[in-house]
Amino acid sequence: MQDQLRIGIFVCECGSNIAGSVDCDELIKFAKTLPDVVFAIKNTYTCSDPGQDEVKRSIIEHKLNRVVIASCSPRMHEPTFRKCVEEVGLNPYLMEMANIREHCSWIHLHDKKSATEKAKDIIKASYARARHLEPQTELEFPVTKRALVIGGGVAGIHSALDIANAGYQVCLVEKQPSIGGITAQLDKIYPSMD
Amino acid sequence: MDAGRHPNIKIITNATVEEVTGFVGNFHVKVQKKARYVDEVKCNTCAECVQVCPVVVPDEFQTGFSLRRAIYLPFPQAVPSAYLINMEECLGNNPIACGKCAEVCEPKAIDYDMKDEIVELDVGAIIVATGMDVYDPTPLDEFGYTRYENVVTNIEFERLMGPTGPVAGEFIRPSDKQKPSSVAFIQCVGSRSLKRGNPYCSNICCMNTIKETLLLEEYDPTIEKKVFYIDIRAFGKGFEDLYKRSRETGTQYIRGIPGQIVEDPETKNLILSVEDTTTGKIEEHEAEMVVLALGVKPRDDADIVQRILTLSRTTDGFFMESHPKLKPADAPSAGIFYSGCSEYPKDVKDSVLQSGAAASHAQILFSEGKVKIEALTPIIDNELCKYCGICAKVCPYKAIAFVPKTKKPPVVIEAACHGCGTCGAECPFDAITMRHFADKQIMAIVQSILEEKPEEKIVVFACNWCSYAGADFAGSSRIQMPVNARLIRTMCSGRTDEKFVLEAFRLGAPIVLFSGCHFADCHYIDANRWAQKRVEKLWDKLEKLGIRPERLQLEWIAASEAAKFSKVISELEEMRKKVTKEEIAQTMEILNKEKEKEEEKKKQKAKKST
Repeated sequence: MQDQLRIGIFVCECGSNIAGSVDCDELIKFAKTLPDVVFAIKNTYTCSDPGQDEVKRSIIEHKLNRVVIASCSPRMHEPTFRKCVEEVGLNPYLMEMANIREHCSWIHLHDKKSATEKAKDIIKASYARARHLEPQTELEFPVTKRALVIGGGVAGIHSALDIANAGYQVCLVEKQPSIGGITAQLDKIYPSMD
Repeated sequence: MDAGRHPNIKIITNATVEEVTGFVGNFHVKVQKKARYVDEVKCNTCAECVQVCPVVVPDEFQTGFSLRRAIYLPFPQAVPSAYLINMEECLGNNPIACGKCAEVCEPKAIDYDMKDEIVELDVGAIIVATGMDVYDPTPLDEFGYTRYENVVTNIEFERLMGPTGPVAGEFIRPSDKQKPSSVAFIQCVGSRSLKRGNPYCSNICCMNTIKETLLLEEYDPTIEKKVFYIDIRAFGKGFEDLYKRSRETGTQYIRGIPGQIVEDPETKNLILSVEDTTTGKIEEHEAEMVVLALGVKPRDDADIVQRILTLSRTTDGFFMESHPKLKPADAPSAGIFYSGCSEYPKDVKDSVLQSGAAASHAQILFSEGKVKIEALTPIIDNELCKYCGICAKVCPYKAIAFVPKTKKPPVVIEAACHGCGTCGAECPFDAITMRHFADKQIMAIVQSILEEKPEEKIVVFACNWCSYAGADFAGSSRIQMPVNARLIRTMCSGRTDEKFVLEAFRLGAPIVLFSGCHFADCHYIDANRWAQKRVEKLWDKLEKLGIRPERLQLEWIAASEAAKFSKVISELEEMRKKVTKEEIAQTMEILNKEKEKEEEKKKQKAKKST
């Protein structure tokens, strides 16, 4: 059996990006009504150092074992917050994000009441999932230290040279019979005109 | 060229990437190297072969202004420095037909029987530097590119001006091989037009034309230069200075794109009719030569690269970056990076900048030496498993090992699994738990969303890579839309289980949307095809149960299709309004009964087994 759930909810204002069209105080009030939520607070920027410090401090102080961060898309900051909670010993898979920016505040700029209601719903859904999260261990694999560069124009050649000069192997594949690309056809190149 | 001599760089030319499998840090790549018919190592570029080759064709490098043979060196500084034969042009080794080049080749480098070969590579990172193509001005007939000899493209101009050009630095016009005394440049050919060509700014043509006016000035200051433009975009470091210098040379900048060009049949000079938009006057200008500043476009074969690497493309057709500000050199898939114009049109400086960013991101992987893979793999419960093998059948990566009829449970090969979750959705016995996208977690979201006012909600199942990303993009584009959609993110639409959808309807959802990547874009090869099949089955099932199948919608939305996402949500909102409370109540009743029946079945089964 798992320990008693102790859930913390962190609402990010994202400056005015979220707070401009969603009432974040209202979200905190709402979050505190949810069962097993032992802590809820808002931050101006949860991803900033003070924001992350607050998350970490709260995990320790309130013995949180689930964290919901209501901010931007997980496609943006899930890695950030996973790392953040892991630093104070919480398994990164026990952190869940609620996307109240891309999927709420930014697409309902002129209807604060409805946007706030929707944000509550989004937070509640993430909270519901967070209740069922389990710690996970990531698998680790070795990396083949060789790069494939597709295209031998000026960009591909430069990438290949940078990697090769750093001491790694590169395979440069070019469709044409010679590397050089479009740049090879140009006479002189701006801005230095050589 | 440094790249050709670097001990750490292996160059494979005349070659295309055919297949990429694996994942970040561990890609396996198949490259098809087309036969060159000349051994790159043996060839000493003595050019004896060229002397005897009887086939004469236009030289592509010189944009057709000069000729080459069927055996040729692409251009003087080519790397590798070796000839090749275009077999479609070559008369062949038949002694009656030809075979002359092989006779004179001293190092015996020519091999008419050379075969295409497949080169296999293991790599940890992939850099996409596939570049761009140039817009073809043929459809813009008013400029007469196909009709008038002295209307040339900017690339053709570069070749005519170049010291390695077809006339070795003597600047001439095509019709009479004489130096033109006036040159007109037309900007934005194929760019910034909603009707023809491309809507975007090609980024490089203004500066390229400014450069070309300065080249002309250096070559012969008496040549008259006119530039016809919409706006001059000289925004980079040092660019404004070059623009000023160009103006100071006496180059005339006329704000207006000619509506028509007519050739004087006698002189072959060109008459341009244009409205100068600063004065509103219609003017005529005569030029001995016209240069079209062509816009650029994505590579014609970008769709093939897109499919092989499961990339996304923005609406302009260029490859979509992981984040437009913060990760402009990263593809959404880990371990793949963009360098140069594959991502967006760039000049040489910006291409070099991004190429360094891409290279450094690859090096971060290499110096780290290991990668952690998100914990998204399935766990199979051997007690619930009935050895049907469906999980193994639907896995796009063959990451579930299963031998039929052995009564041995399937085994997950974790290193090969990408975590799409299709097996979890397809398992008929609920024997598979997806790590981090477990049934109970997703069901909890569905239940939470529909706990209050379910009749107002549109339940949207969205895949991480495309439709969820498209919704993110709609957000960052500030596209306003109805407030009713509630998104549930899974890694792939293949994960969306039938029971999630039925549970949503049972709890009173008026509309459910099943969404994912377009077929060619699926980040898990073809897992979304299983999603499609599942939806089709669900439509049948709903119909049989007496639930309107239209209430379950299926849409493929790419990461770049913010506008489409918003349009779909608006349409669904209209549909939602038409679903009555009675209809919802009826659906709930039907599905509650179904659920009761199933639970009854389970109970009886449990009784039997005890």
